[in-house]
Amino acid sequence: MTAGDVLAILQGAVMTVTLSLIGILIGLPCGLGLALLRWANVPVAAKVVAVYVSVLRATPLVTLLLLLFFALPNIGIPINPVSAAILALVMNTSAFNCEVWRAALVNFPKDQYEAAQSVGMTAGLRFRRIVLPQIVRVSLSGLVNEMSLLIKVTPVLAVVGVVDITRAAVRIGAETYEPLPPFLVAVALYAPIVFLLVSVQRWIERRQTIAEAVA
Amino acid sequence: MIHDFGIVWSERALLLSGLANTAILSAISAVAALLLGFALTPALMSKRRAVAWTVRGFVDGMRCVPFLLFAYIVYYGFPSFGVRLDNWTSGLLALTIYNAAYMAEILRGAWAAQPREPIEAGKAFGFSDVRLFRRLILPPLLLSAGPVIGNQIIQIVKDSAFLTIIALPELTHAASSIQSRHYVPFAAFITAVFLYWGLCLIIEAGVSSVGRVADARR
Repeated sequence: MTAGDVLAILQGAVMTVTLSLIGILIGLPCGLGLALLRWANVPVAAKVVAVYVSVLRATPLVTLLLLLFFALPNIGIPINPVSAAILALVMNTSAFNCEVWRAALVNFPKDQYEAAQSVGMTAGLRFRRIVLPQIVRVSLSGLVNEMSLLIKVTPVLAVVGVVDITRAAVRIGAETYEPLPPFLVAVALYAPIVFLLVSVQRWIERRQTIAEAVA
Repeated sequence: MIHDFGIVWSERALLLSGLANTAILSAISAVAALLLGFALTPALMSKRRAVAWTVRGFVDGMRCVPFLLFAYIVYYGFPSFGVRLDNWTSGLLALTIYNAAYMAEILRGAWAAQPREPIEAGKAFGFSDVRLFRRLILPPLLLSAGPVIGNQIIQIVKDSAFLTIIALPELTHAASSIQSRHYVPFAAFITAVFLYWGLCLIIEAGVSSVGRVADARR
């Protein structure tokens, strides 16, 4: 394996990180939106979201990705590998995020919400000033956990031809007939990123336990 | 569209054998990972630093590595050391070792949260270590960790789909080959998605019925 090969894997890493970030950034608000639909018990929509979350949580990302990549062009929606990858990541992660957000919403103290109502706050203001800051704090560790899960499934994106860490590693392995070194480089790139997120999650959890102990 | 599903229906034997393979693969590696996890848990909590740190390193290491890369390393990397594995063996091996680390961590968490008193009482009563484990540690441990173990088994089912890349004939692989043979991508993959959903609903139902039985006996 040459320095050029390592560079190719690093270029793949840029793609992996970019796609992960896009997936996380779109998936967070989407998950919140879905959770709000269920929390507010919007007729029909709440039921649809419940089924969506249940199905998506059971669907492997590979299967979802292949479905989107091959079936969307079939019904007349052209899609390239990168957009299929982003769509699959967002659909997958928003289902998991929805559950995290929803748990925080369900446990949100009702008295605070009613107090806000009684001082005449509008629904939007109540949500922005009272509900959101608190559920963000409660959900944070679950959301970070979901981010590390998302990064751990990104190698699958290589299956439809996204040139990420994994595809670069597979290609180099096939060219040099030595698959182990490029895969070890790939692991060496993934592990610190995931470890960082896991450490952040533990740190958040520790801080929350301390805060609870004080309160 | 109906016609497409007709094609999938005519290939149902292939799809069902894929489903069966996914179920077998998941069941074997779930049991093996759970047993291995049980073996690792005491080591994880060992008072001997070297043992605890080695196992901790393995568990944390696995938790930081994507499963797909791990499966690639087992399948393509082991032959570099002269160990040649077919796709079934390496698939099972990868699923088991990878998830054993998660199981060990789940069990450690549940174990640490167990109340000490019954165990101390058992010791004072003269229970042998094996009986202590079987009668006083294991049952409440499995019950309290049950839902999380269930989630991990669902994760195993989903991880098994990644093994399609090493040409293991599981459900996603079956759907892929139906789609490439007849060009019915939507029908083939959506059927696979619903079969996965069914599998996970069965696992969830199993976990909750275990919980109900436990509640009834308490």
